[in-house]
Amino acid sequence: MAVITPREISRRLPSPVVDADETFDVVGKGNTLATVTQKVSDAVLRDRLRPGWVAFLLFALLLLGVMAVAVVGIVVMGVGLWGINNSVGWGFDIINFVWWIGIGHAGTLISAILLLVHQNWRTSINRFAEAMTIFAVFCAGLFVLSHVGRHQYAYWLFPLPNSMGMWPQFRSPLEWDVFAVSTYATVSILFWYVGLIPDLATLRDRAVRPLVKKAYGIASLGWRGSNQHWHRYMAVYLILAGISTPLVLSVHSTISFDFAFSQVPGWHATVFPPYFVAGALVGGFAMVLILAIPLREIFNLKDLITMRHLENCAKILVCTTIFVSYGYAMEAWTAYYSGSIDERFMAWNRAFGPYGWSYWSLLFCNMVMPQLLWFRKIRTNLVWLYFISVVLSIGMWLERWVIIVVSLTRTMLPSTWHGYTPTGWDWAQYIGTFGLFLTCFLLFCRVLPVIAMAEMRELVHHEMHHGAHAHGHGDAEPNGGFSGSDPSVTPAHA
Amino acid sequence: MAQLFHPSSNTIAKVSIVSGVLGIPGLIGVGYAINMTYGYQVYKPIEQPVQFSHKHHVLDDGIDCRYCHTAVEKSTSAGMPDTHTCMSCHSQIWSDSPELAPVRASYISGQPINWNRVHDLPDFVFFNHSTHVNKGVGCETCHGRIDQAPLAMKVHTMSMQWCLDCHRHPEKFLRPKEAVWTMGWKASDAGVNPDTGKPFTQIELGRKLVKNYKIAHERYLTDCYTCHH
Repeated sequence: MAVITPREISRRLPSPVVDADETFDVVGKGNTLATVTQKVSDAVLRDRLRPGWVAFLLFALLLLGVMAVAVVGIVVMGVGLWGINNSVGWGFDIINFVWWIGIGHAGTLISAILLLVHQNWRTSINRFAEAMTIFAVFCAGLFVLSHVGRHQYAYWLFPLPNSMGMWPQFRSPLEWDVFAVSTYATVSILFWYVGLIPDLATLRDRAVRPLVKKAYGIASLGWRGSNQHWHRYMAVYLILAGISTPLVLSVHSTISFDFAFSQVPGWHATVFPPYFVAGALVGGFAMVLILAIPLREIFNLKDLITMRHLENCAKILVCTTIFVSYGYAMEAWTAYYSGSIDERFMAWNRAFGPYGWSYWSLLFCNMVMPQLLWFRKIRTNLVWLYFISVVLSIGMWLERWVIIVVSLTRTMLPSTWHGYTPTGWDWAQYIGTFGLFLTCFLLFCRVLPVIAMAEMRELVHHEMHHGAHAHGHGDAEPNGGFSGSDPSVTPAHA
Repeated sequence: MAQLFHPSSNTIAKVSIVSGVLGIPGLIGVGYAINMTYGYQVYKPIEQPVQFSHKHHVLDDGIDCRYCHTAVEKSTSAGMPDTHTCMSCHSQIWSDSPELAPVRASYISGQPINWNRVHDLPDFVFFNHSTHVNKGVGCETCHGRIDQAPLAMKVHTMSMQWCLDCHRHPEKFLRPKEAVWTMGWKASDAGVNPDTGKPFTQIELGRKLVKNYKIAHERYLTDCYTCHH
């Protein structure tokens, strides 16, 4: 009897049921330098306005209107409109801030870390993932700015020279947060824009109408694609990737300090920074899938954003949900092991207190549901994948609810115990930020290339000239070896 | 393909980058400077119902501050003189001056003169005159050479930063209690420093006074509740 290796098992598993036009390669077969450019740029330059897109945009604008009402209400009448109270001073504002900023992290991981470790499958999803990052940071920033209460003084968050002769409190993690998030926003926008420059030049050259040509011409900053341009571009892009890489870890670590530096039971735990970073990546990759699955259908990009990409995102979700599950286990364990009555009560209250439903829902969403992604059939089933991504997004939201609100409702002094119920204004602003996010994203899809064309051309060139010889992969051997039937064991292009 | 842009675009691009890098911090700096001077209405005489001259009364006549501002050593407010105080002299001299008509009218009717406030602090700040003058902060330190001002005006911003300049380093500003009412006082007026054998410098004298007058440590002088009760 032959030794059964994991490779053997994977070969014997039934092959997944997927549409005929789906592929597990990084790039669909038959793509050339010209087809990549054409597919991506035509979506911007040649496509007519699709009724579906217009309807979606109108829906997004409606939600944006809800957001405008919510924000104006808060500015005019103050944060008393929200459900927060003396005991639970942080409610939807901070939950949604952490939720949105976490979503951004997947974009940075994809664009920076996966670039530095030469994961070529990142290429077709990095552009829209970075856009997702930036728009998510906008949404997150909106919650922070709304929550300061006196909005006309929001600039006091920054250390500017002022007539009070005072600086912000540099010893407070809340101030570190200001730097973390503003650095994150700045670097993300720069990274995105620098990456866009060659593609903007392509759009400029392919555009027909003079005004459109001029607009892309200004945005592409005089890019001519000379060797010198490419040389400098690559240097800047790598430097920005290097700067972004620590941000993936540092931004959410700093946000976790907002909680971990305090003494509130349920917040004061050393596991918080890695636990928050992993949670951010769960929320982020779930959002990448939520956006990618419809995007590739609508803009007909199935052979550029392939099943390989979706499957890899699903695998990252399996990995990161294991991290967060470890975080949940450690929270319960440290509560027990600390011997502190307050910590132990916190753990009990989470599971069996008045908000126990949220804790069990959280465990179901983030620990149980992602286990389905171990199965290849589920990973490659777009409906399941989409459904699990939505469940994980809800799960990550519930995680912040449990940490922030449930902890504050039961702190150390029973006299301060108080419930929390979000008001309509809380919900309006939360739902409204989807309007902001969707509006930005839909406009981005119509105005900028959703896939990095220059990088895709490089990848296609690599596949055409090196891929076949180096890995027995591609046109030369269409159905042979593992590379054709089982992408999970395909060696990555180094 | 025809050129999309005129060659001058290169210059425009460069100029816009440079002006962005220099201009934005520059604008913030100019805004800050304007706010710290004109924003605080410094050196701007306030219109008063009577054109009272501190210069004439203090410099020419040598009247002590406390003759009119009677409460300054005992109260949070320095106190504004009632019309009786004015009339103690002006019933005798300049008694028919048209400039003083409002004073006489006030005296007859019993209605106080409605002076306009020159130093108007925000309502959330509590300033106490008595504690300052009793700990060696001169009138001049905050109000400047009021003996040379024909019309009273602010000579300092009275901004929080200005308050904190002294609360953080009181030794730079303190003077002996007996010199609190003196105008044009200098540290060397305090005589020779026995430690150095030379006239006192402000820092040497200030450190001594901080100790002698038991001025609290900076940590307490800069507590929020020191001024914002």
